[in-house]
Amino acid sequence: MAISKEQVYHVAQLSRLKLTEEEAEQYTKVLNDVLKFAEKLNELDTENVEPTSHVLSITNVLREDVVQPSIPREKALSNAPDQEDGLFRVPAVFE
Amino acid sequence: MSKYETVIGLEVHVELATNTKIFCGCSTEFGAPPNTHTCPICLGHPGVLPVLNRQAVNYAIKAAMALNCQIADESKFDRKNYFYPDLPKAYQISQFDKPIGEHGWIEIEVDGEKKRIGITRVHLEEDAGKLTHDEYDDTSLVDFNRVGVPLIEIVSEPDLRSPQEAKAYLEKLRTIMQYIGVSDVKMEEGSLRCDANISLRPVGATRFGVKTELKNLNSFRNVERALEFEQQRHAEVLDRGEEIEQQTLRWLENENRTKLMRSKEEAHDYRYFPDPDLVKVYIDEAWKEEIRSSIPELPDERKARYIAEYGLSNYDASILTASKKTADFFEQTTSKNVDPKLAANWITSELMGYLNSEGLEIDQIKMTPDHLGEMISLIQKGTISTKLAKKVFKEVLDTGKGPQQIVEEKGWVQISDEGQLKEEVIKVLANNPKSVEDVKNGKNRAIGFLVGQVMKATKGKANPQLVNKLIREQINL
Repeated sequence: MAISKEQVYHVAQLSRLKLTEEEAEQYTKVLNDVLKFAEKLNELDTENVEPTSHVLSITNVLREDVVQPSIPREKALSNAPDQEDGLFRVPAVFE
Repeated sequence: MSKYETVIGLEVHVELATNTKIFCGCSTEFGAPPNTHTCPICLGHPGVLPVLNRQAVNYAIKAAMALNCQIADESKFDRKNYFYPDLPKAYQISQFDKPIGEHGWIEIEVDGEKKRIGITRVHLEEDAGKLTHDEYDDTSLVDFNRVGVPLIEIVSEPDLRSPQEAKAYLEKLRTIMQYIGVSDVKMEEGSLRCDANISLRPVGATRFGVKTELKNLNSFRNVERALEFEQQRHAEVLDRGEEIEQQTLRWLENENRTKLMRSKEEAHDYRYFPDPDLVKVYIDEAWKEEIRSSIPELPDERKARYIAEYGLSNYDASILTASKKTADFFEQTTSKNVDPKLAANWITSELMGYLNSEGLEIDQIKMTPDHLGEMISLIQKGTISTKLAKKVFKEVLDTGKGPQQIVEEKGWVQISDEGQLKEEVIKVLANNPKSVEDVKNGKNRAIGFLVGQVMKATKGKANPQLVNKLIREQINL
């Protein structure tokens, strides 16, 4: 169940994070600690328990298809690192 | 090509025609100024909660049913994680193991051969934003209006065996979505999008060859062209004894070739997991029945009915039912005792010709189905000849006036009065003694010339059958 340093680098790459050697070491340890903590749950016998994706017993929470006001564009863009003509500007991506 | 068998599967995204986004109340209107249809939910701000749009679920169920899928009793949403600037949350809410529908099929027809194509699954998900690349300073610009617009993804089985079948399948999907009214399905506006997987294997082999994935095929023509290109490329690589590399490719329309987007090594690792912000959706029998009863007659049923009830040819019935608007126009035209075959002819030839040359849709023209019905009635009653009808037809399209009114205003009533026509015939025969001689000598084509002369003299209003009869009488044939 342990996470290797390679996996930490892989996940960092997927999230476009650049890690130093020390950071990678540190996260490997921290993430393994987290997993070890979560391991505790395996002590429970879940043999006859249905798997669920949710702890709540409610289902079918739906809204009607009615338009609500959006927020003003200046507000939408207020957290943008950079902008142009009402658009968010981000580092170049190619696809 | 005979050495290899082509195997194609399509992934089609259809934008649902809801008023609001899938998880928030922002409008889904197309073409609004950038970033004016956003809110903290679709912008992915921390701490917000998505709430599912009922209509999006209704449409997804309806689409899955129309594609003959089994509808899930229990469905759920999952997070598909990838880092890309068109996705503000860094995950897309999609469905992984419990899609709305599975195990469906549709029927396609290519070169008169019918074939059933399996549908693996139909699932609901949210659309991403729109990225444009800024050439000048090498940055990208993002418009989040589209983020969160509800989509269904329709995944086919690898049952398609040629680019032509792929195109036919896509067209059939579009027609079905149009009939059930869940989407605009306009490829040019991106409400219908298509990715394709293609591989080749030696004829008779059971294992699939290595596939390549083609992205963003933005027109029906491009789907076919890109697949034809890739089919050819695979065959050439395999002929050289080399192997196909598993890759994702982009079709470059202007250069007529594919270009590498990413190789298998760079392939995404989506780390799906259930979205804890959204609860499960249970779809009970009552809900399913409600949706099922709202599904109208689908294109195949309608086509079969046109052939059986109206005696239309397979070809005409296919053309008329390929678009719901056209089929509705046809039915409205024939509603008042109008001969369906005549109506079908006028629509598939004259009307379609006009629409193609003008680049218009059938609901964008001045002629209504009632106009066309009225015009055909005038032909059936003998008030106007087919020749005159063509003039009336054009006049209706130009002015939007009713055919009866046009005929009265222009005096375009067919002359079927024998006495009146006889005078014209006698005049024409007197002026064309050589042709009369030719007819007497058995040159049948000369009769056509004489009929034409009478038509010309009457400005096209003479009843041609009657003229023909009168000429024969006069010459004593």
